[in-house]
This record gives sequence, structure tokens and C-alpha cells, in this order.
Amino acid sequence: MSLAGAPQGFLSPTGVEIAFLLVGLVTFGAALVTVTTRQLVHAALWLVVALGGLAVEYLLLTAEFIAWVQVLIYVGSVVVLLLFGLMLTKAPIGRSPDADSGNRWAALTVAVAAATALIWVVVDAFRATWIDLDGPAAGSTEVTGASLFQNWVLPFEALSVLLLAALVGAIVLSRKAKTDSSSPLANSRTATESSRLITKSDEDSGSPSSGPKGRGGRSERVEANKRDDRGGPAAQEGAR
Amino acid sequence: MNDALDVALRLLVVFVVFLTLPLIVGQTEHKVMAHMQGRLGPMYAGGFHGWAQLVADGVKFAQKEDIVPAGADRRIFQLAPAVALLPYLLVLLAVPVGPGEGAVGQVLDAGIFFVLAVMGVGVLGSLMAGWASANKFSLLGGLRTAAQLLAYELPMLLTAASVAMAAGTVSLPGIVDAFEWWWLPWQIVGGIVFFVAGLAELQRPPFDMPVADSEIIFGAYTEYTGLRFALFLLAEYAGIVVLCGLTTVLFLGGWHGPWGADGLGWVWTLLKAAVLAFVVIWLRVTYPRLREDQLQKLSWTLLIPLSLAQIALTGVVKVVIR
Repeated sequence: MSLAGAPQGFLSPTGVEIAFLLVGLVTFGAALVTVTTRQLVHAALWLVVALGGLAVEYLLLTAEFIAWVQVLIYVGSVVVLLLFGLMLTKAPIGRSPDADSGNRWAALTVAVAAATALIWVVVDAFRATWIDLDGPAAGSTEVTGASLFQNWVLPFEALSVLLLAALVGAIVLSRKAKTDSSSPLANSRTATESSRLITKSDEDSGSPSSGPKGRGGRSERVEANKRDDRGGPAAQEGAR
Repeated sequence: MNDALDVALRLLVVFVVFLTLPLIVGQTEHKVMAHMQGRLGPMYAGGFHGWAQLVADGVKFAQKEDIVPAGADRRIFQLAPAVALLPYLLVLLAVPVGPGEGAVGQVLDAGIFFVLAVMGVGVLGSLMAGWASANKFSLLGGLRTAAQLLAYELPMLLTAASVAMAAGTVSLPGIVDAFEWWWLPWQIVGGIVFFVAGLAELQRPPFDMPVADSEIIFGAYTEYTGLRFALFLLAEYAGIVVLCGLTTVLFLGGWHGPWGADGLGWVWTLLKAAVLAFVVIWLRVTYPRLREDQLQKLSWTLLIPLSLAQIALTGVVKVVIR
């Protein structure tokens, strides 16, 4: 990186700058769809597009290491975790009617305020900084590693302690839940009872086309078909 | 113009390798499994020992009707096979076969990170398929896939980090360049952990709980037919090629061998990868499927501590010999 004196101008963009802008637009669009779509799993997949677009932006800024770590952590792990969580819910295929929040205006305000603050800080900090794309990569693994462990060791270590605390906290929370349940037998009993309740209310609720029921209804039908297939020969044998 | 030609040629070669090696592994699996079980395997297609069986399979798949279930999320359902397959093609670009610029699709500064990151993306394909099929078996398969990925990504990363520490670089050709024969005993634990975790990530037996055919039919791929199903299968075999290639490059010294490292280095790489692919098949025939809780236990209580120990060992040795 170097503080540029004159030559770069905004009126004669290079190919990389155009690509950067276009990818930025795609990323922005994907992020917007992520927060506005009513299809929960689609939101998670649009998040993949947004995070991937961000990785491409890093690549265009020659920060190869950061780009791949972005893909590894966010696309490869965080989104997988999100999808795992979504699969445990009753998110339907198609729109969730209740995927809306009364806080939408508050959320919009916070988002716009955060975006303004970030843009302001970034613009103010890097106002006239240009990356020399032809020179040695400014964001290669070696450069990133050196600056991380020479100039930014303290924040790095503080962050790692923070993450360790979160890790220990998660373990403590999950262990406590285990010791709280008095006897495993009683616990399992309540679990089955409540799940029975859930399935019951599930069967009671409206038509197959209505939101959360949609998925369950379909797959139940599939299973019923399978059962029929299997039941066929057995029933015949019984008749014989 | 010359540069463009060079790039096009490299891409073409990688693409051809991507299309042929998985089929070779698949055919080997047919035959090796058959002989281990006292059968002959495919014998008719193509004449000589059924060599064209997979080609015939491919023709059959291409002829089948492409069915999308009525209740499925159409676009996601159709997109999933591509998301599952393409990452392996990209990864293959970065795996060096021989020494020098000429034997790798593209030299990347942060090769290890690229490879592991992009391989992780491939699992999204299975998750999309599992969710979009609107089928309970598929959903269960998707859930198990996600749980498995979360458990096994970590040991894989840690052991790869151990090799990167040993070599002092994260570029794949750089790691093979730095390889010495005594790395073999030094990194052996990491190598085994990496290989096992990779097998689990590919959902190969004995880690095939996500596609366990005797209980959830075929997991996330239950509703797929025709070419899209074939693409998922191809992704699995491409995954074997990539995993064996990576293990060779990271832990077995790639093109280094007792002799012929100069001109015939790529033979060593392919030979080592082929032996590993044989082990993959061997494990499939040998071990019964692990239960879901056994899978999780193996990763969290055995593989992760082992990989952490490997990192500690690598660090200590690295400091001592410096």
C-alpha cells in the first residue's frame, strides 16, 4: 500500500476496479435479499453468496489469506451450523408466514447507523490509499502473518482469550443442563410425552399447504407410501 | 496469447483428470471389492474384465428421466449437485503433482487454506439436497451430514496446520519442497487423523451414516435420479481423488521418492495416491458403519486430542531443531 500522490483517478477505472464494484453490488444485493426474504433456508443460502462475494473482494484487494479464511470459517462452518439449526426447526419449503419481526424499523435504524459509522471510519482511514497490484502482494500470507504477530499481537491474544472464555462457557452451560435433570428415566418420559404433544398438535393443524405443516405433511405422505409398499406383501401373506 | 494458451491448456488437463481419475477409482472399487468378497465384479461391459462398466453406467444415468419431486424446492434441488461437485474440481487445480510450475494447475500462496475452505463448501451441496427434497429421509441425511462436517472439519484443519508449521509455509508446492524423509514418523499421527477426518467428510464407509442405505435409503440423495444423482456419485469419487492427493502432498512427501525424483516425480505422487485410494476401498469392505454417537465420539474424544498433541509435538521439534 502506498499513499498515492496523483495519477489514480476515479474517471478511468481499471478492470480490477470495475470487477470490485460489480462484485460489491452483487454482495450488497445478496445481503439485502438475505434479510428480506421470507424463505428461511434461502436466506441462509443468500448469506453464502454475500460471504462468498466478500471473499472475492478480499481476493481482488490481494488479501488471499484473509479471503480463504473467510470462506473456510464463514461459508464452510458458520453457514453449515446455521443450516443445521434451521433443519432442526420446522422451517417450511416456501415462505414462512411468520418470518417477520415487529422490530423491522428498529433493526433498519441500527443497520443504517452501523453502516454509516463503518463507512465513515473506513473512508476516513483509507481516503487516499491505493494498493499497488503489480508489486508484491500486500495481503499475502507472509505479510499478514508478520503484521499480525508483530504489530497486532496484543489484540490477537486478547481475542483468543475471549474465544477461550466463550468455549469454556459453552461447555459449562451444556454440562449444567445435564446435572439439573434429576433422574434420566423421568426426563426421558417427559421428553416423549412432549414430543407426542407436538406431533398431535401437528396433525391437528390446518391443511398441507399452510406454512409449517407443508413439509411435514408431504414427508408423512411419502412415509405412508413406503409403509404401504412394505405392508403389501406382508398383508398378502397374512391373507394366505 | 501464449499466457492464455497456457492457462487454457492447464484447465483442460485438470478437467480431463477430473473426469477420468474418479472413474478409474470407481472401477477399481468395483473390482477390488468384488475380489475381496470372492466375486468377479463387472465382467461384460467393454469386453476385457468389464472395464467400461462405469461408462455404461454413465450412459444409463444420462438416459434416465430427471425427476424433481412436486413438493421440492425446485431451484435449490436442481442446484445442489453442482454445488457438491464443483468445489472438488477447483481443489484439483491447486494440488501439485510434480516439482516445478509445470505440474500444478495453479500455484496459490495460501494453498492449504484454499483447499480446505473449498472442500468445506462442497458439503453445502448435500445440505441443500437434504433440505430441498421435502423428504424425511433426505432431511435426516442432511442433518447427519452437517453434524459430521462440524465434527471432522476441526481435526482436519489442525493436522493441516501442523504440517504447515513443520514446513514453514502454507503453499502446497512449498510444503512438498520442504519435505524430508523423517517427517514421515514425525507427522504420522497427523497424517492418519487427516486421512480419517477426510474420509468422514466424504461420507465414505465406515463413516457413511449420512447416507446409511439400510435406514435412511440414501440420505440427502434419496430423491435424485438420472444425471443429477450421477453427479453426486461423481462428487464422492472426485472427493476420494482429492483426499488421497492431498494426503500424499501433505504427509507422504508428494513427488519425493527413493529414486527418480527429477523426471518421474509425478509417478510417485500418483502411485502414493493410488495406494491411499486402495486403502479407502479396503476400509469400506472391512469395517461396519459407525453409529452416529460413535462418529461424534471418535472425532471429539480421539481425533481432536490427537491432532492437538500432533501440533504440540510439531512445535516442540520445530523449536528444538532450529
